[in-house]
Amino acid sequence: MQPKLSVQNLYKIFGDNADAALEMVRRGESKSAILSRTGATVGVQDAGFDIHEGEIFVVMGLSGSGKSTLVRMLNGLITPTSGQVMIDGEDIARADTATLRRIRREKIAMVFQHFALFPHWTIAENVAYGLKVRGMTAGARRARALEVLAQVGLEPWADSLPADLSGGMQQRVGLARGLAADPDILLMDEPFGALDPLIRRDMQTELLALQKTLKKTIVFITHDLNEALLLGNRIAIMKDGRIVQTGSAQTIVTAPADDYVAAFVADIDRGRVFTAGDVASEPTTIQLRSTSVREALRMMEQSGDRALYVLDGERVAGVVTYRDLAASELDGATPDTTIGKSMITDFPTANDDTQLHELYGPAGGGPPIAVTDGADRLLAVVEPHDVLTHLAGDAGEAAADDIAQETADAQPR
Amino acid sequence: MLSPADLATLPFDDWINAFVRGWLVPNFRPWFRAAQVPISAVLFWLDSFFRMVPMLVTTAAFAAMAWKFAGRGMAIFTVLGFAFIDMIGLWNETMTSLAMVVTSVLFCAVIGIPAGILAAGSDRFWRIMRPVLDIMQTIPSFVYLVPIVMLFGVGTAPGIIATIVFALPPMVRLTNLGIRNVRSDLIEAAEAFGSTRWQMLRDLQLPLAMRTIMAGLNQTLMLALSMVVIAALIGGGGLGLVVNTGLGRLDVGGATAGGVGMVILAIVLDRITRGDLPKAGLWHGIARQDAGRFLSVAGAVPGPRSQKAG
Ligand SMILES: Nc1ncnc2c1ncn2[C@@H]1O[C@H](COP(=O)(O)OP(=O)(O)OP(=O)(O)O)[C@@H](O)[C@H]1O
Ligand SMILES: [Mg+2]
Repeated sequence: MQPKLSVQNLYKIFGDNADAALEMVRRGESKSAILSRTGATVGVQDAGFDIHEGEIFVVMGLSGSGKSTLVRMLNGLITPTSGQVMIDGEDIARADTATLRRIRREKIAMVFQHFALFPHWTIAENVAYGLKVRGMTAGARRARALEVLAQVGLEPWADSLPADLSGGMQQRVGLARGLAADPDILLMDEPFGALDPLIRRDMQTELLALQKTLKKTIVFITHDLNEALLLGNRIAIMKDGRIVQTGSAQTIVTAPADDYVAAFVADIDRGRVFTAGDVASEPTTIQLRSTSVREALRMMEQSGDRALYVLDGERVAGVVTYRDLAASELDGATPDTTIGKSMITDFPTANDDTQLHELYGPAGGGPPIAVTDGADRLLAVVEPHDVLTHLAGDAGEAAADDIAQETADAQPR
Repeated sequence: MLSPADLATLPFDDWINAFVRGWLVPNFRPWFRAAQVPISAVLFWLDSFFRMVPMLVTTAAFAAMAWKFAGRGMAIFTVLGFAFIDMIGLWNETMTSLAMVVTSVLFCAVIGIPAGILAAGSDRFWRIMRPVLDIMQTIPSFVYLVPIVMLFGVGTAPGIIATIVFALPPMVRLTNLGIRNVRSDLIEAAEAFGSTRWQMLRDLQLPLAMRTIMAGLNQTLMLALSMVVIAALIGGGGLGLVVNTGLGRLDVGGATAGGVGMVILAIVLDRITRGDLPKAGLWHGIARQDAGRFLSVAGAVPGPRSQKAG
């Protein structure tokens, strides 16, 4: 599949003497050395990535790492010093004013950290701004604005002024303004950075919910790693204008590319990064009706499992532990005693994408957790031990390697 | 004591004479004459209009504007002040001065606002513009009366040209300031949505700069009023002529009457154009927001405005 947005060897040098500075950057000299020798500031150096349609691509890094500069080169607000930015086969870096204007009107919208709503216009007029610029008639504009406002739940405020709304509401207006012209790509520069934590949480959830139906290609800037891990299908981490690692949340956490990234993720809440699917293993199962207690015990002795899941046809019926089965046999079971008697039926369950932090309780003790699908079919099991090792950070090397392998295959570096 | 004058003396005045008399006047006089045609036309039209409209109608109109923009007290002042002017027999002169002031301000706006917009859009243009404005403001107006008379002749129109030179700078400065003060993230947003420069100017910059531009207009108006007497020196009519005549004849009464007429006119025009501007200094903080409210569709569905929900 052709990427929606493809960035290659992108550089931005601020200040005069860009050529000399560019030479120095390419030779690998540091940002501060270049600043003291040429007086030029390196904004972004050698950025490259592909973003696919419908993906949320998060760029994260500390203040001054070049995130804003990078995202502004994607819609030409900042002209790159060198490199290319391809959107649907057109190079933004070399586009003339008219082409840029057309692309901004039709394909790519932006949401700003401080909302940037026009204070002298009503909410509906603000939302319709992109449409007005395109020359749509007033009536059609308003109709579309109300439609988008309804999507973000702000229809009743259509005729208020921005100053009358709270920060969270203003940013939803900013988002609505971005969506109004139905662009393919949405650039969001720290959109939730100016909101307080609770509102930020809400907005993140709302964005994910909207994205489920909208399926826009989103470039999302943040300096909050938790936000990045929550929202990003893929995450690029920037330092001093350079992208030091690109990968999924799991890759970044389990296989940080260098000490910088490692320091970043050191105190991350892993419980929110990993899901049951990440730590689950292939289940060993037995059939409720056709397996005898003896057979089950023998299976466990061979495999070393503490417990086995019991299926009734396709569905999961329960779980039996070695201890219970052994006890029931000591109680004088006959060869044809069924396992149903010592089966636990209120076993813990989870979905493939249940986050690990929700499994803290079930993992505290007891049987492995059943990962089931909508129809109660058993997909995998999660061993309590695996949950805890993953949370502790020294995840089984194998698991980490697995994930790294998987994502490395998905995208060339 | 040694002084530079011992080494060389510069015939600076001769150079200027040679430049103005020897080159500018003979070569460009027709151009300058042609340039004053629109000014004369507007002035003639306004002067005739103000003098033709009955005094009571004009007074009522100004009182109404004063009421709207400056409150009831100012409306009463306008009625009494204009009645006083009429009773001391200076109504027609006052109307001529009003026409001169309005003409000057009109041309200042027509020249100054676009110049201010250009200056706001280009640092280079502003770097050239600023010293020119400084000179226009600091040079005593008497100095350019002579070349103006040489180029344009005497009369009311040259008087207005002198007034424009004197009153233009605040118009340019404040337009430039107002537009430059529009928040840069709003400009960036407009750009990100693909607006043209003209769309940005119309939708964003001018509306948000409007308060500052109005303040410039007010200052320009006050400067134009203060030039009325000086313009009379080169043939301008109106109250300035009354004052000058009084001065020439040592007629204290006549000069004072003219002066009082001007003061009344100045107060009324100032308060009307100042409108409900908050006191200077507060402007920049409040201007944006208030301009917003001021310009937003008045009377649109009120919506849940007052409550800050969320
Ligand atoms: N217009 C400019 N002129 C000169 N230097 C600039 C300009 N814009 C940005 N820079 C520099 O480029 C570097 C990257 O800035 P940028 O704003 O992209 O960082 P950021 O990651 O967005 O930071 P923040 O989190 O604070 O927004 C910084 O060193 C900054 O000083
Ligand atoms: Mg930034």
